[in-house]
Amino acid sequence: MNTLIIAAVLLIMLGVAYQSGWSRGRGLATVGGTRVHSRPQYHGSFVAVWTMIPALLILALWAYFGPGLTRSYTVAQIPQDILLSLDQAGLNSEIARIQSMASGFGATGEIADWEAAAGAALRSFQFLTFAGVLVLAILAGGSALVYARSRITARLRARTAVEQFISWMLLACSAVAILTTLGIVASLVTEAFKFFTFISPIDFFLGTVWAPNNAANGGNYGSYGLLPLLTGTLMITAIAMLVAVPVGLMAAIYLSQYAHPRLRAVAKPLIEILAGIPTIVFGFFALVTVGPFLRDLGNFIGLDINATSALTAGIVMGIMIIPFVSSLSDDILNQVPSSLRDGAYGLGATQSETIRNVLLPAALPGIVGAFLLAVSRAVGETMIVVLAAGNAPILRFNPLEPVGTITVSIVNQLTGDTDFTGPQSLVGFALGLTLFVMTLGLNIFALYIVRRFREQYE
Amino acid sequence: MADLTASDSAARRQRVRAGLKRRHLGEQLFRGFGLLAIAVALGFVALLFIDIGRKGIPAFVQTNLHLAVTFDPAVIKLDPKPEPSQFASEAEYRAASLAWQRDAALLNWNKIVEAALRQAAPAGFDIDARALLRIPETNARHQLREMFVANPDLLGQTVEVDLLGSADTDNWVKGNIDRSLGDAQQQLAPEARALIDQFQQEGIISTGFAWSIFTNVDSRSAPASAGLLGAFMGTLWMMLIVIVLAVPIGVAAAIYLEEFAPKSRLTDLIEVNINNLAAVPSIVFGLLGAAVFVNWAHLPLSAPLVGGLVLTLMTLPTIIIATRGALLGVSPALRQAALGMGASKTQMVFHHVLPVTFPSILTATILGVAHALGETAPLLLIGMKAFVASVPATPLDQATALPVQIYLWQGNENRNFFEPRTAAAIIVLLAVMIILNGAAIYLRSRLEKRA
Repeated sequence: MNTLIIAAVLLIMLGVAYQSGWSRGRGLATVGGTRVHSRPQYHGSFVAVWTMIPALLILALWAYFGPGLTRSYTVAQIPQDILLSLDQAGLNSEIARIQSMASGFGATGEIADWEAAAGAALRSFQFLTFAGVLVLAILAGGSALVYARSRITARLRARTAVEQFISWMLLACSAVAILTTLGIVASLVTEAFKFFTFISPIDFFLGTVWAPNNAANGGNYGSYGLLPLLTGTLMITAIAMLVAVPVGLMAAIYLSQYAHPRLRAVAKPLIEILAGIPTIVFGFFALVTVGPFLRDLGNFIGLDINATSALTAGIVMGIMIIPFVSSLSDDILNQVPSSLRDGAYGLGATQSETIRNVLLPAALPGIVGAFLLAVSRAVGETMIVVLAAGNAPILRFNPLEPVGTITVSIVNQLTGDTDFTGPQSLVGFALGLTLFVMTLGLNIFALYIVRRFREQYE
Repeated sequence: MADLTASDSAARRQRVRAGLKRRHLGEQLFRGFGLLAIAVALGFVALLFIDIGRKGIPAFVQTNLHLAVTFDPAVIKLDPKPEPSQFASEAEYRAASLAWQRDAALLNWNKIVEAALRQAAPAGFDIDARALLRIPETNARHQLREMFVANPDLLGQTVEVDLLGSADTDNWVKGNIDRSLGDAQQQLAPEARALIDQFQQEGIISTGFAWSIFTNVDSRSAPASAGLLGAFMGTLWMMLIVIVLAVPIGVAAAIYLEEFAPKSRLTDLIEVNINNLAAVPSIVFGLLGAAVFVNWAHLPLSAPLVGGLVLTLMTLPTIIIATRGALLGVSPALRQAALGMGASKTQMVFHHVLPVTFPSILTATILGVAHALGETAPLLLIGMKAFVASVPATPLDQATALPVQIYLWQGNENRNFFEPRTAAAIIVLLAVMIILNGAAIYLRSRLEKRA
């Protein structure tokens, strides 16, 4: 209700301000031969901006401080002797009771006199403060309106001012990207630092046992060795690349060099469907189809393959990455100048010889960059490994057994738990920091290589 | 000399000829590998869709029971329902009404379900109550109670009611469980199975389209009634927040970087930043959400608001990069023409360049939203994994999301019922994504044609 009133008031103010600036600016234009700097729309926007900023500022301040003020007013309405007898939970329920009475909803049970009085007082307080803030906002906006309107003359550079404002807003929007990165780095580093006050970084980065003691509140936190998770992650990534690189690269080569345009037009978007499928779907596919299939296959050829293993997760992750590898390689192959290819044909090379001996070596740096991007993608992938890798964080190198990864452990240690006090949940941030640094390093390196490659042929 | 060259070139030609067969074979092989790679990739696409479809489509059919239910006054012994006019304040009425509903909930509604089932069964059919009550889903008693609470006049009346068959009944009717297994391995007692077959012949049990998947919220105690409505609404709230925040901020940021930013250290930094943000693993955004939005700003756990904010930050780089690409593609002639006519830079961008890029921005937005729609990992870290059996009315309520619902269902112990249902949820998710992507393609081609 209140929000609706505020929105309506703001909208009306906006309209009035724009209109008054516009008409004033228009009035200037009709007076004799003076040349007006800006068009009436800009005068309107100029006044509107001037009006809205103070009004919004006052409302924002109230939105931030209002609830605290209301609460302390409510507490002040409770008689001293009763206040002293209440604990924190009792106080909260008493405040809720008074607020519920103030809203007209009423309260159940015996209503003490002072409660009824407090309810009535809070009701009038809420009404008065709301009305007061609203009037204040309107007054501030209104006086700003009058001031801005009085500044409108033929020589006022309203357009420049409005455009300056727009460009400040645009800058603020692009700062969000920086703030996000800062937020990520700051939250990861501070929480990881807290974690390192419990567990030394050496034990974390070089430890070979991952056995967090999730139940412990006291001294024994368990061990938090990163290495089992890191080997699991790298093993799955390696398997994924073994699947994705040959298939993706060959598909890209065929589509860009051999395929009939019609086949290309059909096959390329079909392969790229794989990139749009949510990873949880791949995880389900791995869990209920690929895993059991591999287990049965293992039984058939006499190998002991677990249904959830590094192999299962790796193969399905490889499938997921195929379009990533193929479209990046496709782009890069297309950037190799055709003079190189024509030269090779002129010397009598067959098409495949040209590709293998000329195109691929020329495109190699770019393709390596693409692979590194794919690796960073695989390292940070979560849902497939959560479902299909088996979550067995033990240091071993057999891809047929269940493994644990960094992302799985983050999910396990941090699901819905925001009580970041013990190393059990804080370790999620240390793992996240490790992951962030790994992927960031891979990306920067890969982008550097790709950019170098582009410059080489531009 | 001439002889020598002739024989030399003849020998060389000979060598080339000799190698030609091998080289052509290599060519064929290489081509074959390429085709094979494409076949493998397309095969994976086909396999994935066929597998999900084969598993999920049967779950869209559900077993229903049609029973004549008598609201027996001998079982339903309750005071009359409280009326608002009897009470001084709304709070008192609410309390009395809740107390009345609690009394209603304490009645043994299973007796009414059982009586209705016995009525439908052949006279003298011997089956104990526990086996009998495993035929309808356990929420049957809640369904009847809610009917009564909504309309207390039903007392003493007999009405036709459609109830859901239980997950076990559903498995038996659809043949998801091997009918030849011994009694010990069956989920239902032999009498119950016989009665189900009988009911099916008489038309009391029939199968129909499983609307409950779309109209119900998640349920643990009554698996056959578990639906996607709550998750769907949670996803809808989040997507709304993503669209409202990510699109204006993303487009504005792209305009600034592409059109206004002076080439400085700061803008270089922002640029490198955005490229890197696009490649940050999604789970790291979940960590950011847990630390900043939940732990520091004290926004509620499991709320679509937090999920929406996290997904917004995740989608921003995609939209910024796509919009910048679109702005870069606008022909310089357009800009020069606008500037030449005396437009200011802002006017040139907002009146002339931006409208041309509208189709690309729209497409990028839809694709970004589709990507955010399927994201699961960051949501797990901000508590959206919690079991929520209600439809979120505001973005601050507890909620879950479609992909998270899939994650929760795949972990359910009742495997032979929930595996198809998980696949069905995946089909719903994929359908939403296909619709979004299709809309993007359609809109782009339409708008580009018009432009």
